[in-house]
Amino acid sequence: MQLTVWTYEGPPHVGAMRVATGMEGLHYVLHAPQGDTYADLLFTMIERRDRRPPVTYTTFAARDLGGDTAELFKTAAQNAYERFRPQAMIVGASCTGSLIQDDPGGLAKGMGLPIPVIAIDLPAYQRKENWGAAETFYQLVRALAGPSAPPPGSKRPERAPGARPKCNILGPTALGFRHRDDVIEITALLGKLGIDVNVTAPMGSTPADLTRLGEADFNVVLYPEIASQAASWLHRIFHQPFTKTIPIGVSATREFIEEVAALAGVDAAPVLKANSSRLTWFSHSVDSTYLTGKRVFIFGDATHVVAAARIASDEIGFKVVGIGTYSREFGREIREAAKLYDVEPLITDDYLEVEAHIAELHPELVLGTQMERHISKRLGVPCAVISAPVHIQDYPARYAPQMGFEGANVIFDTWVHPLMMGLEEHLLAMFKDDFEFKDGAVPSHLGVGHSATPAVQAAPAEPEPSAAETSTAAASETNAVWAADAEKELRKIPFFVRGKARRNTERFANENGVATITVETLYDAKAHFSR
Amino acid sequence: MTVDIQGCDVAPSNVTRPIRRESGQREVFCGLTGIVWLHRKIQDAFFLVVGSRTCAHLIQSAAGVMIFAEPRFATAIMEEKDLAGLTDANTELDRIVTQLLTRRPDIKLLFLVGSCPSEVIKLDLSRAALRLSQSFAPGVRILSYSGSGIETTFTQGEDACLASLVPELPADPRKEASLLVVGSMADVVEDQFVRMFEALGIGPVQFLPPRNSATLPSVGPNTKFLLAQPFLADTARELENRGATRLVAPFPLGVEGTTAWLRSAANAFGIDAVLFDKVTQPARARAERALDNYRKELSGRRIFLFPDSQLEIPLARFLSRELGMQLIEVGTPYLHREHLAEELKLLPPDTPITEGQDVDLQLDRCRLARPDLVVCGLGLANPLEAEGMTTKWAIELVFTPIQGYEQASDLAELFARPLVRRAKLVA
Repeated sequence: MQLTVWTYEGPPHVGAMRVATGMEGLHYVLHAPQGDTYADLLFTMIERRDRRPPVTYTTFAARDLGGDTAELFKTAAQNAYERFRPQAMIVGASCTGSLIQDDPGGLAKGMGLPIPVIAIDLPAYQRKENWGAAETFYQLVRALAGPSAPPPGSKRPERAPGARPKCNILGPTALGFRHRDDVIEITALLGKLGIDVNVTAPMGSTPADLTRLGEADFNVVLYPEIASQAASWLHRIFHQPFTKTIPIGVSATREFIEEVAALAGVDAAPVLKANSSRLTWFSHSVDSTYLTGKRVFIFGDATHVVAAARIASDEIGFKVVGIGTYSREFGREIREAAKLYDVEPLITDDYLEVEAHIAELHPELVLGTQMERHISKRLGVPCAVISAPVHIQDYPARYAPQMGFEGANVIFDTWVHPLMMGLEEHLLAMFKDDFEFKDGAVPSHLGVGHSATPAVQAAPAEPEPSAAETSTAAASETNAVWAADAEKELRKIPFFVRGKARRNTERFANENGVATITVETLYDAKAHFSR
Repeated sequence: MTVDIQGCDVAPSNVTRPIRRESGQREVFCGLTGIVWLHRKIQDAFFLVVGSRTCAHLIQSAAGVMIFAEPRFATAIMEEKDLAGLTDANTELDRIVTQLLTRRPDIKLLFLVGSCPSEVIKLDLSRAALRLSQSFAPGVRILSYSGSGIETTFTQGEDACLASLVPELPADPRKEASLLVVGSMADVVEDQFVRMFEALGIGPVQFLPPRNSATLPSVGPNTKFLLAQPFLADTARELENRGATRLVAPFPLGVEGTTAWLRSAANAFGIDAVLFDKVTQPARARAERALDNYRKELSGRRIFLFPDSQLEIPLARFLSRELGMQLIEVGTPYLHREHLAEELKLLPPDTPITEGQDVDLQLDRCRLARPDLVVCGLGLANPLEAEGMTTKWAIELVFTPIQGYEQASDLAELFARPLVRRAKLVA
C-alpha cells in the first residue's frame, strides 16, 4: 500500500476514457462498479464538454456480485452498440472490474458485433492514466491502421511531385493540459511551412480517420507520454519518421520548425525569420533583470518539465534548483535534463516526497501541477502550473497554448505573475515594518487582504521552519544554536530567500564546528556561499 | 434494464402508490464522496480511504479544486503485491496509519473508509480499526465504514460514517428525555435550530455528527432523535439499537416541512400547541413572505429530478406544495419506505416516482418530456444544457444550507436561479 494524499495520475482506464472522449464515433464499454461514473465529470465539468463522454459503464453493485456480472457486461455492450451505433468499440475493466475477472475482451468478441471491438487490458494496480491513454491509442492504431500496412520489406513510395507534404499530429486527448490550443498553434505553424495535416489523433479523429494514418509522410508527436508507442509502431510498420522535439519554448519551437522542415523537405528559413515570440524581448527588457537567478523548482510530466527547465534557465534566466517527474516511464529524459542543470532528478509519484524535496530546496518559485499548488500554499512559495494534473481554471476560455511562439508568450506571463514585482521586492528588503507591505505578505498585485503566512508557520515566535525543514535540519545533525540577535538579523533577509539563508548558515556552522550562530556566523556563511 | 411498476403500501395511509423500479447504468457517486463535506463538519477527523487509485482520483477530482495546506483525507492505494497476498494487508495498513499519524499529530478521529476493491477482496477494516485503536489509544480513536460504490450511493456514505460513530457515543445517564438531531447540516442552520428548540423549551439538544470528536453526543433509552436528512437508514437503526426512539416527521425543508419536523419534537416533549404557534409563527410568516418572490418564478414550471442523494422526494414535496411546481418524474437512488412515509403522504398522489436508474432510458423520458428544469448530477448537467434544457445540479443541495425556516427561500432560489439565468443571457 502507498499512502497517497494526492495522486498525480488517475487510474489507467481514465487514460482510455481520455482517448475515447477525444475521438468521435468510438464507444467505450467499461466494466466498473456503481460510482465510477464520477469520471464523466472530469470531462463535463473540469473540461466543460457539452456532451456525455462516449462511455457505458456496467455499474455493478454488491447484489450483482452474487449473480452473473458477465451477463451484465454483455447486456451493457449490446445496448451501447444499438443506442450509439459507433464505428468501433473498446472494452475493458476498471480496477474493481478487473478483480472479478469477467474478461470483457473475450465476452465482447463472442458477441459478434459488426464493428471492430478492441479489448484494452489495463493493469490498474500497476499502471496509471498516461500509460492507459498510450496503450489505448496504440491498440486502436494497430487495430485500425494495421490492415492497410504495406507488405514487410517494402519502401515508402515517394511523394508525388508538386504534392504538399502531409503529417499526422499525434498525442492530443480530451483532458490534456492545453491540448486544444497547442493543436491550433502547431497546425497553424505547419500551415505556414506548407505542410498539411492528414489526421490529428486521438483528439478530433474517428476510427475511420485512424485507418488513414499511413497516408501521411511523417508524424508530429506532441505528447510523447501518449503517442510515442503508437508513433514507434507507425515508424516500424509504415516507415513514417516522427519528430522528437517538443515545441514548448522559443528555442525548442525554432528547433521543431527545423526538424519538421527537414522531414517534409521544405525550407524553414522564411518561417524562422518572420515569426518569433515576445518572450525574447520581454526577457531582455530591464524590468526582467530581477528575475536573474531566481531559484525555481520544476515538477510535472516529463515532457513539460524538460521544456520548462530549458525555458526557465535559458530564456528567462532563472536558476533551476531541482527538476522531477511523476512519469516513471520517462525517467531517463529527466535524468538527462538534470545533468544540464547539475541537480538531483526526482522521479516519484509520491506527493509527500515531492513536498519534502521542495521544503528542503527552498525555491523562490515552483513550476508544477495542481498538486504543487497545495505544497506551495503550505510552504508559502509562489507557484505556477505547467503540467497536468490540473483543475478547472487551467481549461481556460481564452487562447492559451503552451506550444509554439504564442505558447511562449503565455508562459512568460504565467510564470512571472506569481512573483513579487521588482520595486516591491526592493522596498521590502529595505523597510521591514511597514503596516501594509509586510514581511511575507502576498505580493500586492495578487489581491487583497490575504496573508501569505503559510499554515505551518503559524507558530508565533518562530516564523521560519516548516515541519519538513525542521526534520531536514535534524537529519543533517546540526547542533548549532541560533543566538537571539542572529535570529533577529535573519529575519531582515527577504522572506522568499530566508529559508535558504537559514539552511546555508546552519550548514556552514556545522561544517566549521560553530556551536552558537551569531550575526558574524550569518555573514560569514553569506560570504562563503556567495560565489 | 428491468423495469417493474410495483404497488407499495405506504403505511399508515392506505394509498397505493406505483413506484417504478429501474436497474441499468447508474450515473451516481459512490459513498466515498461523503468525505468531501464530512471532513469539514468534523474538524479533527481524518478520512483514510483504503482502495485503488480510482478512489484517490475521485476524491481529489471532487475536492482538489480547493488548495489545501493540510488535507484531511487521503488514500492508502492498494498495489499489485497487496492483491497477490505478498504483503500482509494488515501490516501494511498499520504502517500507513502510523506514517499518517506521525505526520498529523492533530488528528483525533481517524476513519478507515472501505472501497469497492477493499470490499471485493474482503479486507476486514473493522478489525483493523479495533486493533489500531488499541495501539493509538487514548489519543486517537479509529473507526471504519464502507463508502464503496457497490454498497453505497453518494449520501449513504454519511449514513455509513455516522452509523460507525453510534456505538462510540457515550451512554446518556439522564432520566428525562433528550433530543438528538441526526444528519450533517450547515453550522448556521444548527444554530438556528438550537435557538428554536430553546424557545420551545425542548432540551437538552445534541447533534450528530458533532463539530468536534471531543464533544460526541450521548445516547440512551431516553433519547428521542429527529432525522434531519432522509438518507440515514443505518444510523437510525444503530441509534434504535442503543435504545433511542425515532420521532416520525417529514424533513425540515421548506416552511411546511420545518414546521412539521419541529412539531414532531414539540409533541414528543409535550410542548403546548399555543406556545408552539407563538414561537414558530414569526419565522413561518417571514419565510412565507420570502418565498413569495420565487413562487411567481417557479409556479407551474415542470421539473424532472434524476436520482442522486435521496433528498429528491422531500425536495419534490417542497417544490410542488409550496412553490406550485409540476413534478414530471422524481428519481431517487433508494427509497426508505418508513423514513419517507410522512413525505410520501404529502406528495401529490399521481407523482411518478422512480427508484434506481437506467440512465439512458431515463434520459429518453426526460428528453421526451422537455421539462422546464432538470435536477441532475454534473455528469449530465452540461450535456443537457447543451441540448437546450435548463438544469440545476443536484450536488449543490448537499453543500448548501437548505434546512429550516430561514433557508426556505434560499432553497427556492437554488431552483429559480438557473431559470433566471437562462432568461437573462442574450448570447
